[in-house]
Amino acid sequence: MARLLAILNTTAARLSALYLLLFAVCATFLVIYMTSLSANMLVSQTRDAINEEVRGLDRAYQRGGLPVLVRVMEARARQPGANLYMLADINGRILSGNVESLQPGILDITGWTERPFTYTRYGESEQRLNGRVEEKHEAMAVVFRLPSQFIVLVGRDLGEPEKFRRVMQRALVVTLAIMSLGAFLIWYFVGRRALKRIDRVSAASRRIMAGDLTGRLPISSAGDEFDRLSDNLNKMLDRIAALNEGLRQVSDNIAHDLKTPLTRLRNRAEAALAGKPKTDDYREALERTIAESDQLIRTFNAILMISRLEAGYSAELTTAVDLRAIVDDVEELYEPLAEEEGVTLTASKPEGAVEFQGNRELVGQALSNIVDNAIKYSSGSGDAPRVELVLERSGDEIRLTVRDNGPGVPEADRDRVTERFVRLEESRTQPGSGLGLSLAKAVMTFHGGRLEFADNNPGLAVAMVFPASPASRKS
Amino acid sequence: MKILVIEDDREAADYLKNAFAEAGHTADIARDGDSGFALADSGSYDVYIVDRMLPRRDGLSIITELREGGNKTPALILSALGEVDDRVTGLRAGGDDYLTKPYAFSELLARVEVLERRSGAKEVETVYRVADLELDRLSHTVRRAGREIVLQPREFRLLEYMMRHAGQVVTRTMLLENVWDYHFDPQTNVIDVHISRLRGKIEKGFDKPLLHTVRGAGYMLKD
Repeated sequence: MARLLAILNTTAARLSALYLLLFAVCATFLVIYMTSLSANMLVSQTRDAINEEVRGLDRAYQRGGLPVLVRVMEARARQPGANLYMLADINGRILSGNVESLQPGILDITGWTERPFTYTRYGESEQRLNGRVEEKHEAMAVVFRLPSQFIVLVGRDLGEPEKFRRVMQRALVVTLAIMSLGAFLIWYFVGRRALKRIDRVSAASRRIMAGDLTGRLPISSAGDEFDRLSDNLNKMLDRIAALNEGLRQVSDNIAHDLKTPLTRLRNRAEAALAGKPKTDDYREALERTIAESDQLIRTFNAILMISRLEAGYSAELTTAVDLRAIVDDVEELYEPLAEEEGVTLTASKPEGAVEFQGNRELVGQALSNIVDNAIKYSSGSGDAPRVELVLERSGDEIRLTVRDNGPGVPEADRDRVTERFVRLEESRTQPGSGLGLSLAKAVMTFHGGRLEFADNNPGLAVAMVFPASPASRKS
Repeated sequence: MKILVIEDDREAADYLKNAFAEAGHTADIARDGDSGFALADSGSYDVYIVDRMLPRRDGLSIITELREGGNKTPALILSALGEVDDRVTGLRAGGDDYLTKPYAFSELLARVEVLERRSGAKEVETVYRVADLELDRLSHTVRRAGREIVLQPREFRLLEYMMRHAGQVVTRTMLLENVWDYHFDPQTNVIDVHISRLRGKIEKGFDKPLLHTVRGAGYMLKD
């Protein structure tokens, strides 16, 4: 019972009930309309038949007066299934015809009877007494008076239209009953099916909520809307799992990589207190402590920002940005540093603005990180170190490449350089948080682009690849 | 300078109070949004430092309501939230500067001192002077002891910013924000190289150094 109630409480059940109601109303209306149309047609046919009779009787009367009329009427009245004929005198006494009695008042009117009346056929009252005919007949008729004050009634039994109406009514009741039963069955089975699938999805989501984050919603082979919904929910769960994994990685990395500098910080403070240090030693220890703390803060902010960017794209943060202007800015920002490091910094750009839907600050920061790296690593290399910025459109992409002729990165390590805190062994001595390229990669992902690494023979080429049209950006 | 610090973390607030006192300023502390707003609305402060997330009332709404009431006292927003869009929302709410936690006190101090001075009249001056160094904002010329110094456009803006805030510490981040209009932590020593170039141009051949490095904080242009 409870199960049935649950099914009745489903959307499918409510919808089928609504459909059933609407359909029943329409069907009823249709049946009633058809019935009345057919009944009207039958009535008008009856009327035509009576008119025809009257014309025949009229001709007989014209030919031989009352006697002929009576003869013709008698003859016709005796035929099987005959119409109604009756001749009465002015007092309503029946003189001739096949009508035995009439509903009172009919003979007082002249012309068509307004509504069906009841009558008894000649000889039928006996039969009724014997119980063979159970009901009175209904008929319509035309009544007119002869100049000799006799009353003539010509009519026709309405049994057929009445029968038709009854058949239609019965059909309507049966149809509605079958329809209701059908709707109830459909409703029961569809509702139960929907309920079962939703129950499975609910059960799966309860398991996931209970902590089984690897669980996914079941997908049948039907590919219907339930599957699409489950599929989307699964994708959502995948995304949540990925974000979760990212978060876990960040906290692991923070724990692991901030511990080292924090320990160093602590040891330095301890060392400064040990022995009998001079004021200058204190000062130096404190200054180094501040410098180290600043580096820690910087690292921390970078981690926060990467996590923020990886959380997803936000249209609020983007405007139309000129990549060319960003290249100019970064070139100008790094030119003195490059010069000091003995690195030649050049930039080649196409004519005019290179518009792109994005965030100027983020792209600027990502590019600075890459250029910073390039200058840092190429400055050590022997012959004429140089860093080149190349901005170009290629197909439906915009490529911003930073080439250097430094030591480069072995192909095997190229995927690793964007991982958080990864610094290739030989570069451990270089200052930096190890987050520069991770941040650049996060910025590119945020913009729906990617970071590509290639060999510059010698050196490294890092390409920031942006989709030229914002439509191709994934949300 | 009288500073109002609206910050719910007791330790952080006490630290700020002491640190500001050491730097020669007085700081009042409010520990929740309501009392912070009441203090800000009644007292006369030179700068507000407002934490974004406060008990009872969030920091941004305090600033918005103060601004709606015609209060123009500069406000610096402190936030533990991430970067990028938070700064934009903060500034849009009526804040004048934005700093993300964790921050270095030297950075906060430099920004607060610059904020206080911002309400002064320096903006409308067309010629800045520090000792015998002179910068004309209209004709875009720089002279020292009457001798013209040729600067690149960016160097000019750098010097202009330093001179507007002469006698105050400006940090590398502040320079990147105000001279280059990028809001990120500059890597290693990019800004330092620009400063040393500028220093070379305005100090070479003159006895007196004007552009000083403040260790652990940034730079200061002073007599």
